Amino acid sequence: MTKAANTPAGELMSGAKMLLECLVREGVDVIFGYPGGVTLPFYDALYDHPIRHVLVRHEQNAAFAAQGYARSTGKVGVCCATSGPGATNLVTGLVDAMMDSIPIVALTGQVSTKLIGSDAFQEADTFGITRSATKHNFLVKTVAELPQILHEAFYIAASGRPGPVLVDIPKDVFQGQGHYAPVSSIHLPGYKLYTEGHTGQIRRAAQMIWEAERPMVYAGGGIIHADAAAELRELVEIVDAPAVTTLMGIGAMPGTHPNYISMPGMHGSYAANMGMYEADLLIALGVRFDDRVTGRLGSFAPHAKVIHVDIDPSEISKIRTADLPIVGDVKRVLEKLNRVLEELKPEMQPKKSAGRIAWWKQIRTWKEEHPLEPSYSLDEIKPQHLISEIDKISKGEAIVCTDVGQHQMWSAQLIRFNAPRLWINSGGLGSMGFGLPSALGAQYANPDKLVFAICGDGGFQMSIPELATLVNYGLPVKIVVMNNGYLGMVRQWQELFYNNRLSQVTLDNFPDASQLAGAYGFKGRTVARPEDLRAALDEAVADPGPYLLNVLVSPNENVYPMVPAGGAINEMVLGPPQPVAV
Amino acid sequence: MRITGVLVARGYNIESLTVAKTLDPTLSRMTITVDVEPKLRPQVIKQMNKLINVLQATDLTESPSVAREMLLLRVRTTMESRTAVLKEAEIFGARVVDSSVEGFAIEATGDPEKLDEFIDVMRSYGEIDVTRSGLLAVPLDQKKLRLAPPIVRGAAPIEEVHYEKELV
Repeated sequence: MTKAANTPAGELMSGAKMLLECLVREGVDVIFGYPGGVTLPFYDALYDHPIRHVLVRHEQNAAFAAQGYARSTGKVGVCCATSGPGATNLVTGLVDAMMDSIPIVALTGQVSTKLIGSDAFQEADTFGITRSATKHNFLVKTVAELPQILHEAFYIAASGRPGPVLVDIPKDVFQGQGHYAPVSSIHLPGYKLYTEGHTGQIRRAAQMIWEAERPMVYAGGGIIHADAAAELRELVEIVDAPAVTTLMGIGAMPGTHPNYISMPGMHGSYAANMGMYEADLLIALGVRFDDRVTGRLGSFAPHAKVIHVDIDPSEISKIRTADLPIVGDVKRVLEKLNRVLEELKPEMQPKKSAGRIAWWKQIRTWKEEHPLEPSYSLDEIKPQHLISEIDKISKGEAIVCTDVGQHQMWSAQLIRFNAPRLWINSGGLGSMGFGLPSALGAQYANPDKLVFAICGDGGFQMSIPELATLVNYGLPVKIVVMNNGYLGMVRQWQELFYNNRLSQVTLDNFPDASQLAGAYGFKGRTVARPEDLRAALDEAVADPGPYLLNVLVSPNENVYPMVPAGGAINEMVLGPPQPVAV
Repeated sequence: MRITGVLVARGYNIESLTVAKTLDPTLSRMTITVDVEPKLRPQVIKQMNKLINVLQATDLTESPSVAREMLLLRVRTTMESRTAVLKEAEIFGARVVDSSVEGFAIEATGDPEKLDEFIDVMRSYGEIDVTRSGLLAVPLDQKKLRLAPPIVRGAAPIEEVHYEKELV
């Protein structure tokens, strides 16, 4: 154990030391951060402390890196920034974590308590600004309350529906001396967690599941956060139900599992969307009926009853009224549900077996009619070709981090994952520039794993500063830029819905990859020919360090299938208009 | 601000809001009047209950409760109508809290509709200035507060962290 942790209870120490003491007790091994004026006392205490610090090049990326750490491990990620601009730079990363329910704790410096409200140098109302960006936030006013608040912050971030928590710490609190005694318990009487699930409701759910002819499991990020992938798989296998996973839930089912269909929604597969549309029962597990999944709500799963399991009561019936709500930790609920399902199986399964057989036949037909398949060309690298090569190299084992846009959707469609916590992307907020810094955090937490950062040429250019960080900490992230010279998804919408008037979506002057990577001291190259693609990817993966692979793909490719915004999910556009024979 | 934030972020207009300490000085009770579509009300209550420093939020729209509002009103009046003003105040159960040659300051409590009427009546006597407290309410059915129990946290260092971990 560390020296700091062995200090006797009640010892006089600075707030900065106390903070580190609490971080040790929370099991923190790394902080992603950027120092500044008011955090000087903290960074001084950190100087000879065993907790590691990764110096990112922009605070937003500290929050994204902490997310990559948290998403890939399930542990709370920690980021740190100074007051004013440091704290405001964190905000995008906090909202991103809020939308995707990712447990991170953000530590921000604040000007001294006596200066708060005086428009002091680098002062911002961080507490006010981040109120709606966090699950909860704190402004520490005295050294004495610091340990209690810190442990509360970690507890809130990780428990229930996880989320970001910010602790704003004034400089004089870092500097002030206090008697530190380990916190023995915390009490948040208003923070009520309902984890177990109502036994009666669980029984009714099992009954409904066996009584359905066309059940569909609709699983989301909640399964990943609750580490309930095994329980989900068990459920699916007991009832032999088809399953879709949302963008956030990818990896909750093995990508090659026979019952797994794919992602549903705006760019989901035909089978997944038709399955949702025709189902007579949706088993919704840790999902929030996001508009990108449901399309036009009135036409979403119109024939289905809904069982909705979620740990957050405010998600139940927020968008779609649940016929059978269960508030609870989806892992605990599934453990119990699976037992009841098994108990009822001998009696109930034969009753609907004819209907179930017809349902599976229908789903297989949909899958065969319109499969999610990569397209290839001999003249240019199709983006789907690139993604399917990454899928082959990954074999379902690599961590894949993405930005937002076309490359994200193709990755979600075509890369199969064997396990949860490998697919890391900005789902709810859709933050560009997320891929590279989150890959940085994920690689730090998983030094032995292959980590890809798949970025668009737009998002990558928002993350370039972090190339230095990768080199600094020896993080061998494989950066694959899907370069189509456009802000691809915005271009796609301009083409389809704005008469192809391409307004401010052309990204010229992309830097030369080998020179850019070379300037930071690692290897990079550009590949433009389909026949060179695989060798280039293999070279990138074989390289011991980070690698920048700039892949020039066909510039005008669109992501299909597509449910236009506000459309019904059964009315997908399956592909570009076909030439008509005359 | 957290609580009003829940409402403001969803575009609801807060009609009134009162806050004061309860018998336990570490806790406050708020009464909020807000115009929300009936079918969205449960969602708003859930969002409030989700806040970590809210012990309990209850919708009193349809549950048994008593609601009252207080107003302080200054009315300028002529010497001739002073007696009439006092008479009206008495009818409304209002109390004179200050009196001067220019007029009166009057305190009234009641349900908001009754106070609206009182304001209309007083306006007929002369120039008025009104401060309203916003609605205060108390539920009539006794509900026990459901609170989360304390949990053990941070008592002992977490052992499995290895700071010696080296990167490749």
